[in-house]
Amino acid sequence: MEFRGRPYRVVSNIAITLQAIDKRFGEIQALRSASLIVRRGTVHAVLGENGAGKTTLMRIAFGMLPADAGSVFIDGKSATLKSSADAISRGLGMVHQHFTLVPAMTAAENIAFGGHGVLDLRKVAARVRHLAERTGLGVDPTARIATLDVGAQQRVEILKALYGNARILILDEPTAVLTPPESEELFAWIRRYVAEGGTVVLVTHKLQEALAIADDVTILRHGRCILTAPAAHLDISSLVHAVTGDETDGLSAIPRRRTPVRGACVARLDAVSAIDARGVTRIRDATIECYAGEIIGVAGVEGSGVHELLRLLAGRLAPGRGTATLPPLIGFVPEDRQRDAVIEEFMLTENFALRGAGVRRGRMPWSTMAAQTAGLMERHDVRAPSPASRARTLSGGNQQKFVVGRELDEHPALVVAENPVRGLDIRATAHVLRELAASADAGSAVVFYSADIDELLPLADRMVVVFAGSVREVPVERSAVANALVGAA
Amino acid sequence: MTARVDARWAITAVTVVVIVAAVLGLLIVGGYDAPRALAALWNGAFGSSYAVFSATMVRATPLLFVGLAVGLAFRAGVLNIGAEGQLLAGATAAAAVGLAVSGFPRLVALPLALGAGAIAGGAWAGIAGWLKLRFGVLEVISTLMLNFIAAYLVSWLVRGPMQEPTRVYPQTAELAPSVHLPALIDGHRVHFGLMLAVALAIAAWWVLTHTAVGFRVRAVGAGASAAQSAGGIVLSRTTALVFLASGALAGLGGASEVTGVTFALYEGISPGYGYSAIAVALLARLHPLAIIMSALLFGALEAGAAAMQRDANVPSVLASVVEALLVLGVLAFDHARGRRGR
Repeated sequence: MEFRGRPYRVVSNIAITLQAIDKRFGEIQALRSASLIVRRGTVHAVLGENGAGKTTLMRIAFGMLPADAGSVFIDGKSATLKSSADAISRGLGMVHQHFTLVPAMTAAENIAFGGHGVLDLRKVAARVRHLAERTGLGVDPTARIATLDVGAQQRVEILKALYGNARILILDEPTAVLTPPESEELFAWIRRYVAEGGTVVLVTHKLQEALAIADDVTILRHGRCILTAPAAHLDISSLVHAVTGDETDGLSAIPRRRTPVRGACVARLDAVSAIDARGVTRIRDATIECYAGEIIGVAGVEGSGVHELLRLLAGRLAPGRGTATLPPLIGFVPEDRQRDAVIEEFMLTENFALRGAGVRRGRMPWSTMAAQTAGLMERHDVRAPSPASRARTLSGGNQQKFVVGRELDEHPALVVAENPVRGLDIRATAHVLRELAASADAGSAVVFYSADIDELLPLADRMVVVFAGSVREVPVERSAVANALVGAA
Repeated sequence: MTARVDARWAITAVTVVVIVAAVLGLLIVGGYDAPRALAALWNGAFGSSYAVFSATMVRATPLLFVGLAVGLAFRAGVLNIGAEGQLLAGATAAAAVGLAVSGFPRLVALPLALGAGAIAGGAWAGIAGWLKLRFGVLEVISTLMLNFIAAYLVSWLVRGPMQEPTRVYPQTAELAPSVHLPALIDGHRVHFGLMLAVALAIAAWWVLTHTAVGFRVRAVGAGASAAQSAGGIVLSRTTALVFLASGALAGLGGASEVTGVTFALYEGISPGYGYSAIAVALLARLHPLAIIMSALLFGALEAGAAAMQRDANVPSVLASVVEALLVLGVLAFDHARGRRGR
């Protein structure tokens, strides 16, 4: 690949060296003498559980955080990075897990941020278009971010980094928001970029993914580097062992499909359509029955209407046409936890009290609720100092365990879980999936959506795929689901 | 947790002192007799029983009503900046009803006048609430516009349909004693409205923290989407309730002015209480009990500033400058803390 900007001389075949990095946040030692050596022209996967220090290490490499101790070398030269602008000027680029784009502005405008002097948007757009063609990252520079799907937004983020002449890209959980075909596309691009001399640091939870694409793998646990090795020398079980530090095999802790005992029909959509605020039909004539004791896997790409289907089933969206027959008590685990499930500034007890708050009358029984919250934390392994802790002080995994516990504790007849393990580490993922399976065993009908069909298949008793607003039941088989996802028969 | 809360109030106190000191510094630079101005400020606010009970507390009373109105709305994420208009609507209704029922005994007439004020204030805010829920009109704009409409409506009423019988002065006839709020202390101007406002502040605090409806209000303000999705809270219902309650509190403030202080409706009955209310509520960080303190502080500042203008020739708008600086200081500090805390 041809790079614009000032020419550079290759002075080392090592792109990034992080040496003995320490970092402390208050009481928490996030990194203890962590080191990372990334060879030029390779994909280097950084693995670890939530809170292992992956993102912290990357932020230090990108100049966003100062290290307490240790040193950073870029291209073999000692680098004191005061800000991400420093890192960018040395040829680094980073794509964050949560995108940093302004929704109301166009792709070109977003990419032009960080420039100096006169802004000629037409020139920027032309350059972006050229860059997009050359790299195969298809994006319309004049499209507003809000109108782009998640995959396209990610391409804009990558183009933004390349626009700044990045030769070393840090991608933080890039596939967390992507559908399988989108992930494949991203990986194909990464392979080309690396083949042309670029370097990629890939932060991920997904072990298979790391093995599939990485040349080298580094594993962090509790802020320490546990292992660095060529991917070719590793297999899944050794990775699981290194990541969790467990004797037990983490993946086998994830429950498998059981023999379902199908009970009564607890929820039913009958020729239901959902029409959004702009008058677009998102779900057309959906008919679906949910039986006690079974797990229905739901798949669908972004924009297919899958989220509307889940909200119809959860009673959070009223049908535009048709009838929805739903049980009075429904547990709902929404995808966007911090927006739809918890109030971060509220205490856990208050977040617990949210359930049923719409119909509650009279006084709030706070002391009873605090005790109930403490019981819930105990039963569902929610690690927080007390029920009076603010939700925002909990890690993502603990927040999710809290939400799942709150929604499942009263044994609702129907449970709707929307991407419930997104962004969770292996341990928390296994915990949440076990809870869903246990809930079905206890007689709930469970509707489980995941963007990752490999999460669905082991658990689902039936599979439903949403494509372009139509809902279809398919066999619980990888090929059948994959075909239905893209509308192939 | 308590330590964190205490730190925030300590910071507020320090901010108050620093800003008052800085403004006095400015007075010295500006060539004013600063010691004399400071003495006048103090004496005007707290220097005598007259200052406390007939100046500071009298000004604090409407500020407390409207401060509560704004604080309650903001807690629910309703940006009601129309307390001024709601106060005027309440004052107008209280005057109209008060004049009509003057023949009734006080125990009947006074509640009727005050109730009319609350209903009118709620209805005035309800217009903005309806516009928001029906058409998505931002309440920041609608409530502000309704302030102007209310002000001009009062101007017209006191020159037209509601003008006093001699048709000389642009005001209504004076209310009969049966619709006067009783004085709290004999010989002083502070009236029963202050007690009512303090009781409402305590009630507002209790409702917000101890009842289901208060919890809904806080949840909608802190995270509307989670309140709706996880709590099954109907946002429009809670929002409508908050508009009405907030407007009723402000309207009651207007009714309390008419029945407790002015005994008649005229133009300029409110020197911008509804706008100061935003500062009162924000300085108290929307906490109903703290609003009692910040309303008293602002009442003292305004009473003191009036004295300062009389005695030391310092423009009384200085009080507004101090109020604005206080709020900016506290907001900036909280923001900086919030950023560091993450």
